[in-house]
Amino acid sequence: MTVTLEDPATRPARTSRPPRFTLTRRVGFMLAVAWIALLTLLALVADLLPIPAIDEPVGGPSIPPFSGEGPLLGTDAIGRDIASRLIHGVRISLAVGVGATAIAVVVGVLLGLLAAYTRGAVERIINVLTDTVLSFPPLLLLLALATVVTPGVPTLVIALGFLFVPPFVRLTRAAALSQLGRDYITAARSLGAGHARILFRELLPNSIQPIISYSVVVVALIIVIEGSLSFLGVGVPAPAPSWGSMIASGKDNLTRAPYLVIAPSLMIFLTVFAFNTIGDHLRRRIATGGES
Amino acid sequence: MTVLQRERARVSNIRPRSHTLHRLRSIGGRALHLVAVLVLVTLAGTALTDLMPGSPASIILGPTASDEAIAALNAEYGYDQPLLLRYLQWLGNAITGDLGVSIQSNQPVVEVLLQRLPVTLELTVLALLLSLAIAIPAAVYAASRENSMFDRIVSGLASGFMSVPVFVIGVLLVYVLGVATRWFPVAGWAPLSSGLAENLHFVFVPVLALALGEFPAFYRLLRSDVISTLREDFVQTATVRGMPRGYILRRHVLRPSSFSLITVAAVAFGRLLAGSVVVESLFALPGLGSLALQSIPAKDIPMIQGIVVLVAVTYVLINAVVDATYALLDPRMRRI
Repeated sequence: MTVTLEDPATRPARTSRPPRFTLTRRVGFMLAVAWIALLTLLALVADLLPIPAIDEPVGGPSIPPFSGEGPLLGTDAIGRDIASRLIHGVRISLAVGVGATAIAVVVGVLLGLLAAYTRGAVERIINVLTDTVLSFPPLLLLLALATVVTPGVPTLVIALGFLFVPPFVRLTRAAALSQLGRDYITAARSLGAGHARILFRELLPNSIQPIISYSVVVVALIIVIEGSLSFLGVGVPAPAPSWGSMIASGKDNLTRAPYLVIAPSLMIFLTVFAFNTIGDHLRRRIATGGES
Repeated sequence: MTVLQRERARVSNIRPRSHTLHRLRSIGGRALHLVAVLVLVTLAGTALTDLMPGSPASIILGPTASDEAIAALNAEYGYDQPLLLRYLQWLGNAITGDLGVSIQSNQPVVEVLLQRLPVTLELTVLALLLSLAIAIPAAVYAASRENSMFDRIVSGLASGFMSVPVFVIGVLLVYVLGVATRWFPVAGWAPLSSGLAENLHFVFVPVLALALGEFPAFYRLLRSDVISTLREDFVQTATVRGMPRGYILRRHVLRPSSFSLITVAAVAFGRLLAGSVVVESLFALPGLGSLALQSIPAKDIPMIQGIVVLVAVTYVLINAVVDATYALLDPRMRRI
């Protein structure tokens, strides 16, 4: 009996390579990474920076940005420093976005691998549970949750993490199923590898790529949901400066002080755009076989 | 049979079956799955109160309420009974069209939901139609001229809009169309009964905000599906036979390219049904979303449960219908 194992390294090279990444796309990706790195740094050192506290007035109300008086980005309707509130807002957005995604990835990947590997009854139960959670639109379920528990960063992280488990289960299951029939799994099994080894040393590393690129996009999605909840007044409670609640409180002064809405809107747009750009780039990289 | 073959057969679980038997089994399996999901969704709606710290009545009545009043309210709404009993009771009532009574207004929940539903439905349906009306022609045109100026500009716009949350789009639209130009009202609602023109005048900006948020997903999906359909042999054949480009795009390419769009649009419908809450709150529209928002500070649990269950069940049923009609739309699926 001869068994020929296909080795990915010796796969024949593609005859027609998809076009390489253009310069603009590369620069866009670099800028996106730089922006997220800057935000992460700001979030980490926000308390050490020489900026005023988020809830103390530093000057007159509604000083426009770059006006020469007052702080650089001006003050809000009750005289608080906009720049300082934006920087502290980074913390909330990143904490909720990254924290919830981390929970969703860990739980989702475990359940997805389990579903793909065991098949049968376990898979069916996981599928029913996944479909159940998927039938609740996240925003609505979080509104319902806000009725029964007091919202805050930890509640949001846990609830959003739970709600985003199903897409990762489905993605992992699909990726793992496509790997299970491959010869290297058979080889590992023939060599006497146990279930744990096959699951975590063989299946997981080979199914992880789409999960990584998708999880970056989920961070962006969750930042938007957190912003929407805070905009509606049921997210992170005041005086914590979530970008969403800053927009909500600025919208009543649109005629006189549109910058109160524009500043946090720009922050949320740039951050979500950066995460989406990184996610897109990673997805394309996988699609073109690791070429970048 | 070699080890490899046996292993492959085990993994792919291929067993030859008769066609009709297989079909019946798959329909039965799907129905069972649907019922299980519906039971769990409604059960979750009932179990919501179990997440509360303390009994629901003590939270509804506030910290000053007497123990007797709390016990009385718990008993009245059945919150002192175990989950399973509460669920069976809820289910029994729900089947007869009774979802309980609102704590806030004492009106039957079903009555209030039916009052609010048309507003949200109008918003959702119009937003879905508008976003498809923008996305489909733009995607087909961009895909047929890949990398052209049009393609690059619209694709850029789509990735841009994908990163702007609906509440930001909404506030900016209020600023541009309401505050700065005064073309449209800043907020408010006119029911259809006060005239179609009046109704559309109020509903336009909220619908535009929702549609701009949804169109990028539709556009990107359809564009990439059309591009891959254009590479298929039958398109080449049609081109070689001298058929006009527009005719090929409309009659040969659009249909096979739109299957994932249909699934995604169905999912988007459910998301919009819930997502309209942001727009409803921003524009003060009397729909389900603003109802949910009003019910939160009042701790109106029966109302919240009613909304959650209504939206989730609608969402599940829409998806089931889309799944089932797939075979009707795509002849290639019928043989599986």
